[in-house]
Amino acid sequence: MSVGALKGLASSGQKPITEILHPLSAAEEPLSVTVNVGGDKEAGLTNGTPVETSSPASASSLFNRLQLDDDLEADVRDLYASTETRDLFVTVDDPKKHVSTMETYITYRVSTKTTRIEFDLPEYCVRRRYQDFDWLRIKLEDSQPTHLIPPLPEKFVMKGVVDRFSEEFVETRMKALDKFLKRVADHPVLSFNPHLNAFLSAKDLNKRQGLALLTKVGESVKHVAGGYKLRARPAEFCAMGEYLDTFSQKLGTIDRIAQRILKEQSEYLTELREYGTVYSSWATSEEELQRPLEGVASCVKTCCGALEDQSESMSQDFLPVLREYVLYIESMKNVLRKRDQTQAEYEGRLEAAILRKQEDRTPMPVEVEKCQDKVECFNADLKADWERWQSNKRQDFKQLLTGMADKNINHYEKCQAAWESLITLLQDKQTEDKTSETN
Amino acid sequence: MMMADSGSTEEVAVIGNTDITSAESENNIINTMVERGTALLRKMEINVAEAEKRTGKNTVNMQETYTVYLIETRPAETIPEGAMPAAPDTLWRRYSEFELLRTYLLVTFPYIIIPPLPEKRAEFVWHKLSADNLDPDFVERRRVGLENFLLRVASHPVLSNDQIFFLFLTEEKGWREAVLDTGFQDKVDSRLKSLSAMFRVKNPDKRFTALKQYSDELNTVISQLLRVRARVADRMYGVYKVHGNYGRVFSEWSAIEKEMGDGLQSAGHHMDTYAASIDDILEEEEHYADQLKEYLFYTDAVRSVCRKNELIQYELEMEVQDLAHKKQQKEELLSGTVRIFSLKGMTSKLFGQETQEQRESKVAALDQSIHEGEETVLQKNKECKEFVRSAWEDIERFKEQKDKDLREALISYAIMQISMCKKGIQVWSNAKECFNKM
Repeated sequence: MSVGALKGLASSGQKPITEILHPLSAAEEPLSVTVNVGGDKEAGLTNGTPVETSSPASASSLFNRLQLDDDLEADVRDLYASTETRDLFVTVDDPKKHVSTMETYITYRVSTKTTRIEFDLPEYCVRRRYQDFDWLRIKLEDSQPTHLIPPLPEKFVMKGVVDRFSEEFVETRMKALDKFLKRVADHPVLSFNPHLNAFLSAKDLNKRQGLALLTKVGESVKHVAGGYKLRARPAEFCAMGEYLDTFSQKLGTIDRIAQRILKEQSEYLTELREYGTVYSSWATSEEELQRPLEGVASCVKTCCGALEDQSESMSQDFLPVLREYVLYIESMKNVLRKRDQTQAEYEGRLEAAILRKQEDRTPMPVEVEKCQDKVECFNADLKADWERWQSNKRQDFKQLLTGMADKNINHYEKCQAAWESLITLLQDKQTEDKTSETN
Repeated sequence: MMMADSGSTEEVAVIGNTDITSAESENNIINTMVERGTALLRKMEINVAEAEKRTGKNTVNMQETYTVYLIETRPAETIPEGAMPAAPDTLWRRYSEFELLRTYLLVTFPYIIIPPLPEKRAEFVWHKLSADNLDPDFVERRRVGLENFLLRVASHPVLSNDQIFFLFLTEEKGWREAVLDTGFQDKVDSRLKSLSAMFRVKNPDKRFTALKQYSDELNTVISQLLRVRARVADRMYGVYKVHGNYGRVFSEWSAIEKEMGDGLQSAGHHMDTYAASIDDILEEEEHYADQLKEYLFYTDAVRSVCRKNELIQYELEMEVQDLAHKKQQKEELLSGTVRIFSLKGMTSKLFGQETQEQRESKVAALDQSIHEGEETVLQKNKECKEFVRSAWEDIERFKEQKDKDLREALISYAIMQISMCKKGIQVWSNAKECFNKM
């Protein structure tokens, strides 16, 4: 993913589409499998769509996919990895600072490339700020309450503690926003949401910003129907809940461990730097040993640099992704709660209806049936999302942890190379001395 | 690039051979000493093989626990294939006896830089290392240090021929008496004087001045290095050990996972391995610290040779001054003028002149004194020159030895670092494999 120059952020301004090179323009074409939706714009809006067709990828096309890729591993079929089945590509990059009389903020370039007919053009390039992403997320949560919406990076940062315009902060945030958008774009239901469409293509989102002022809490209250209480959460959702709790706890522990390691490494670096300078200082009072001692000082310095790089990477790449997953878990828990509420409402209404039926033999009201549909739909969506989430989680953590291992390997390789070249230097000198002795 | 003498045992690691262990590197240093070839080392192999705890009554009749070291000596001959080497001669010595030997050498050979003993108490320790004298690791490192000391003395062109040293290696019982019989303790006082006195030399030897300065600088910088190194070791220990927590949390996490479980669990084991590896790494590094310490203590020996030279120089200057003074006195007596104030001169002025006889006897006494003085000056001059000559010969030898040894030490340190990096790469690669299987 290309990253724009961050130092001295340039002023704002949107380039015409034709002038902008799409970061994904090197992607393979053409896409073989087109998604079978047939302009069904309502698919993403209603809650009543049953399981199989809630996903635009119908059973037959799924089967086709399997036929084509039957020698690929399961995780390659994962939605991130395979490009053959994707028809919507999004990227977030190129942060720029905007200074106006009222405020200063950062915008990011959001580039889209797609063959979907829901979009008027095959390519889009717009600039969006964090507020806009937040708006999108709220809209998605509203319109797709049965689905898990990926999390956004933290909204509020303490002024004075974190520099909102520092290179590191902006880059970390941008990566998280990119991830968010990619996850939405890869979701078989969410990616067809018209709000996403607007987000990706509209020149100006301002008119729709009004709703951004409503908090998430306010929105979710809409779905809590009359304070029904859930009697029992079904076993499988209980298991999900427990898993999420434990997982969240473990991630928290890993976060603390990583932070502790960073702290220890930082103190180690301080001592190591001084250690190197002592060798340099010793070298000044020696003759024969001057070069070897300088060599050691230089090796130590190289090792310091290598460790600095590794620490930076842990703090920039590893920790943010870890924290974002904790947010993701919170989102998932919210969805579980909403599901519980939906079930509670249904059970409440059902009970009331049964009592009334016993009294005056009225047929089952439509609302109760609708509630039942809601619950079934919710459960199905949630289960599908859960599977997808688990699969993505596996990929994400595999990537995260192998990345961490790589950084450590990298660090040691750099150090080893430095020390090995020193030995060559020292041993060459020795044979030099020996041959000159015998001559 | 061929080694000069490929027939004998390799003196140094071959180029690019970074697989040599630091034990082998230490062996190279020993081989170097043997190659130097003193008569003693050509005759016998010397080892400090073991250490043992003993308890006994000390001089004030109190029970004490101390460590004794087993010295093995064996004729240095090539053993035919398949034959067993001859059993070594052995005797036990405790640290205080080593100290006695060293003091004897210091006094008997004041112009030689006497090799130092390993430290009596552990200094420059990082927190996990014990500072306890009876700790087995400390005892072990001291054993190595004592062996090193004996080999250094045995490979010295001058010291190796000393009879007392030979007896130290071969006579367990009668050695103490033999040392005391040499009467070296009488010279101890003069030695103490040279170390602590605050005299000023008029014309200091520039070479010795420079050497003393270098020695002081070296002492400062090695102390600093050892101190910082101990802090570095402490921090490194912390970094590695915290990784052990990953092992635990990965294990707990793997319990709630299905497909990811195995990968996580095994990765966790590798994190435990990583955390545990630091103990061996740092233990090995102590060896490097010991090599530095040896030269730290060597600086004290260098300093004392410089001081001894100053003392001799000072004594010579005093004698010269004294002689000049006496000559002046004689001159005054003969000419009758009193240039130098003396009580005798004043009293004779006040109470009358001396007789001719008195004056003549005084002149004769002075003449005698002058004659003795001239002899003393000649002798002291000779002593001084001889001291400078033999000291400087040893100093050149020492400089060469120091450069060679420290370079070897740096190489062996670099090898340790490479080994540590390789271990790190291995563990993280293993962990990465496990992550990939998640």
